[in-house]
Amino acid sequence: MSLPVYATPLQRAWYYGFRVICGLIFFFLIAPILVIIPLSFNAQDFFTFTKEMLNFDPAGYSLKHYEDFFTNSDWQIAVRNSFKIAPAATFLSVAFGTLAAIGLSQPHVPFRRAIMAILISPMIVPLIISAAGMYFFYSRIGLQGQYIGVVLAHAALGIPFVIITVTATLVGFDKSLVRASANLGAGPMTTFFKIQMPLILPGVVSGGLFAFITSFDEVVVVLFVGSASQKTLPWQMFTGLREQISPTILAVATILVVISIALLTTVELLRRRSERLRGVTPS
Amino acid sequence: MLDGTNPFVRFRNVQKSYDGETLVVKNLNLDIEAGEFVTMLGPSGSGKTTCLMMLAGFETATHGEIELGGKPINNIPPHKRGIGMVFQNYALFPHMTVSENLAFPLKVRGMSAGDVQEKVKRALDMVQMRAFGDRKPAQLSGGQQQRIALARALVFEPELVLMDEPLGALDKQLREHMQYEIKHIHENLGVTVVYVTHDQSEALTMSNRIAVFDDGVIQQLDDPVTLYEKPENSFVAQFIGENNTLTGTVEALSKNVATVKLEAGDTVKALAVNTDGKGGRTSLSIRPERCVVSPKKVAGLSMLKGRIEELIYLGDHIRCRMNVAGNDEFIVKVPNTADQLGLEIGTETHVGWQTDDCRALDFKQV
Repeated sequence: MSLPVYATPLQRAWYYGFRVICGLIFFFLIAPILVIIPLSFNAQDFFTFTKEMLNFDPAGYSLKHYEDFFTNSDWQIAVRNSFKIAPAATFLSVAFGTLAAIGLSQPHVPFRRAIMAILISPMIVPLIISAAGMYFFYSRIGLQGQYIGVVLAHAALGIPFVIITVTATLVGFDKSLVRASANLGAGPMTTFFKIQMPLILPGVVSGGLFAFITSFDEVVVVLFVGSASQKTLPWQMFTGLREQISPTILAVATILVVISIALLTTVELLRRRSERLRGVTPS
Repeated sequence: MLDGTNPFVRFRNVQKSYDGETLVVKNLNLDIEAGEFVTMLGPSGSGKTTCLMMLAGFETATHGEIELGGKPINNIPPHKRGIGMVFQNYALFPHMTVSENLAFPLKVRGMSAGDVQEKVKRALDMVQMRAFGDRKPAQLSGGQQQRIALARALVFEPELVLMDEPLGALDKQLREHMQYEIKHIHENLGVTVVYVTHDQSEALTMSNRIAVFDDGVIQQLDDPVTLYEKPENSFVAQFIGENNTLTGTVEALSKNVATVKLEAGDTVKALAVNTDGKGGRTSLSIRPERCVVSPKKVAGLSMLKGRIEELIYLGDHIRCRMNVAGNDEFIVKVPNTADQLGLEIGTETHVGWQTDDCRALDFKQV
């Protein structure tokens, strides 16, 4: 959109001002993340740029923090725990969230809005409150400090994302397809897996991605509900910051940023592919 | 049934209410023979689609029974009824190709891959869409999607096929073409078809019998000719084809001829079809093409004075709007013959018809 010739001075000012504001927003969002990446190659155990780094002296850079990450057993246990907890929590979130979204999209379900609000609440209630509540509840029923407990807690946090994304895709879902499928002789199970699921898959996948990242990034709930043997990556980073102040954390952060970008790209490509398969031009 | 056998589809005292208060379908009784093409015709909200949905199993009857092949089907879920259906928006599965769409009902039934392929091919040939098997529904035009929907409803060889306004989204020319195509497919396959539409010309073109719905009740169930020529009440007369209405009071009834005093003062004779007897009010129904415009009275016809208000030249006939007995929407279709071209707006003339073509029906204010 270029500036029309009849624009008033005020419109001209806004035209450029708007671009400056957008630029500033992007800068404040991205700069803190970008700054981490060069710092993670710091040859010193500092969180600041050294003189050698600023002069682009190769001696100022090293991979020692990455080496530390891949060899230190504390970090390796944390990685393993994160990759044990996040997929399980994602699986539960996706399964329950999708079913809930489909159920709640049926007009005849009573108290739909109230149920929806309750299911979404973990996203709205301050995390520390959810975490404290889960701590007390899980202690009572013996899930505190258990692998299962952390997985369930993270699943509860992930479900709102799945419900929201799947509900959004269901809005565009033509209900007469379900009728057509039944009419053609398919039972409810076949109809769900062959007709409905493939069509709402983009929503399910992006909901699942959010659920995975939620679990993968989560530190508050896991501190309450988990014990030392469920120490996840964010937990290790948190204690690392408090106790050791080792720049290894910067290396980990960089790796996580790369993983996140890779995940988002993959999912977006998958989503476009599935839309193309449905014969819809990707938006 | 006269021969004592069960009809193929039977609605018995079927009622349907969505809110428990108002009946959308009021006490429906309808028998459909195997191989018939029956159309449910009516304005929107008349209950016709609800009836179709009950037959397909997507709605449950509040009261009464629906039988298919002599067996009640009220408690059979839709996917076990084995009824084909063409949906209003086609409802093709967008993530499957045309061939996969057609194969779906066959695979669900556990048919072998070879048979599936064979039948899909035959179904595509039937609707002349063989070359389109590998396309996605979104890559087809409306008319092509419609054909695929039709083929999919027929591919598993159901004995009964339901169609819910399947041609509604097509343009006029294509719609007419598809009407003939559906009619021919019906004739070739011998399946029973229940068709829902609000388009009367569609109903007249395709059906063996038409059930005219209004207000949750079948107003008349007859073959197209009877329905058009001999409507039994004012609603059907108005709804099917064009119709002129004159209102009046029955002065005398002898056999089946009613003498009716019109509100404007004239007296005419009419065929008593559906009147309240002597002294009752009635609506007279006369088809525009059965009227004659003539400057002089013609012996043997009922004649009334009329003034020509408007003339529209339509090629094969001239549409002549007249003021007759106080009704200035009285239409006469004048055939385009050499001597009729003398009509002029404002002329006082006469309009006449055979007594049998003027049907005295239940009174309805127009």
